[in-house]
Amino acid sequence: MNPYELTIAQASGQLAAGSLSSRELTQSCLERTKAVDDKVKAFLVVTPELALAQADEADMIRARGDAQPLCGIPLSIKDLLCTKGIVTTCGSRMLEHFVPPYDATVVEKLKGQGAVILGKVAMDEFAMGSTSENCAFRVPENPWKLGFVSGGSSGGSAASVAALECPGSLGSDTGGSIRQPASLCGIVGIKPTYGLVSRYGLVAFASSLDQIGPLTRDVTDCALMMNAISGYDPKDSTSVRQEVPDFSSSLTKGLQGMRVGVPREYFGEGLDPEVRAVVTHGIDVLRDAGAEIIEVSLPRTDYCVAVYYLIATAEASSNLARYDGVSYGFRDLEVKTLMEMYKETRSQGFGAEVKRRILIGTYALSAGYYDAYYKKASQVRTLILGDFNRAFEQCDVLISPVVPTPAWKLGEKAENPLAMYLSDVLTISANLAGIPGISVPGGFSRDGLPIGIQLQGAHFREDSLFKVAYNLEQGLNLPPQRPGIA
Amino acid sequence: MKITKEEVERVAHLARLNLSVQELDTMTGQLDTILSYVAKLDELDTTGVQAMTHAFSVSNAFREDRVTESLTRQEALANGPCQNGEAFVVPRII
Repeated sequence: MNPYELTIAQASGQLAAGSLSSRELTQSCLERTKAVDDKVKAFLVVTPELALAQADEADMIRARGDAQPLCGIPLSIKDLLCTKGIVTTCGSRMLEHFVPPYDATVVEKLKGQGAVILGKVAMDEFAMGSTSENCAFRVPENPWKLGFVSGGSSGGSAASVAALECPGSLGSDTGGSIRQPASLCGIVGIKPTYGLVSRYGLVAFASSLDQIGPLTRDVTDCALMMNAISGYDPKDSTSVRQEVPDFSSSLTKGLQGMRVGVPREYFGEGLDPEVRAVVTHGIDVLRDAGAEIIEVSLPRTDYCVAVYYLIATAEASSNLARYDGVSYGFRDLEVKTLMEMYKETRSQGFGAEVKRRILIGTYALSAGYYDAYYKKASQVRTLILGDFNRAFEQCDVLISPVVPTPAWKLGEKAENPLAMYLSDVLTISANLAGIPGISVPGGFSRDGLPIGIQLQGAHFREDSLFKVAYNLEQGLNLPPQRPGIA
Repeated sequence: MKITKEEVERVAHLARLNLSVQELDTMTGQLDTILSYVAKLDELDTTGVQAMTHAFSVSNAFREDRVTESLTRQEALANGPCQNGEAFVVPRII
């Protein structure tokens, strides 16, 4: 087995035993990246010298014998997380040359464990998109079938992990941007509870929805990364002051006494039969593991997309007002007046989807429309949270599909923004309610495209989520498959 | 029609964006489709429902008022698209 094929837990074990060095592992991942990334196009920048220097440092820490699990493990980072001294573009021309003077808290935490940063990976511009096609520089492709989307907005994160370029990645999820690409690329991805992970150093898109989380090849690795990045941060006032449990301790077999809810609205029209079959099988697996399966209802599911695309765009229009050409980012230096500096900077720096969302959000917040759009959406959001609270009185975890279909061809929905928005229908409600959600590989379509299964839990009940996810993974026991990348 | 070209132009100005004639055309059509779709929220009665602003209730999140390390002026200016070593430079304002 090549070192790049190892999961985090496997590699960590070999590093601890001394049968593998971080330099060997990092070298192996760098070579793998060199061999496949021309096709997969996950990375915007690879930083081999830095990575090897970090690897050597990790090997020294390992030699001293006080290493943490991620010590010496190479990871990729979505390009909206600030990395000190490494360009952070957010997939936008606007930040093409932006070099952050500090690390995001999550990056600092990974480095603190001795993790190795391989480079920065592609994403939809400002995380706005469902396929990563809105990236201004490079569009990742699905490692299982080139020419198909890797998902978005954390498409580069998912593609890099699925293509075995690195065993784990950090992404962000505002409406499904971790879970959806994880599902389409056949890996694990979690959106934690809002407030569990610090967002300091994350380029903001929609502040009441954004969360950072890991993408990995299995549930065990996902828990290891969550252990490393969770916790209160005085630099993020929305992060929550509470003890972080050891998520790995939830990974035990048997679901006796646990109730798993099946939200009937998530299995409606438009659900691909192959996706339905995979999730149905997943439900059987959980029943066999001892869980009680009950049907529940989330009656406002059909309104989630509308609520999301008002709230997310309103928050984006406000957050992205900071790109004014003054203190960082692109500026049109030719114009003579202040107003034209603002307008030309923003018009040339932003891509079409970002402009579209800024316009919707500005409109929804503008005088005369605020009550009809933004306030109305925020009220319906309360009802959606209420639906979830009622569901979690009846069950511990919800099971559903992640995406209504397997991955589609690049370009297929690019001309129809609403059709693209509607593909997010099963993931955005977790962000609206602030609850955690995880995507676990469930199987494959006849065409060889991965299909994920989503589990959602109550606020700060990642422990239940991990327990059910682990049992699902173990019960499904999918035969090891590697993307052919051809 | 949920939104007209004139309204899109007005909103673009509020958002400090210049739209080309073609962009204005495309955006107006797309925004109209999206706004028509979100109008489905009107089907729900939200009388007396509190607007949600945060996933769970948090009161003011204060931290200790203590001086901590911050960026040097040089570091803060480093990403400025136009700066003179002391300040960011912008077109004349008044």
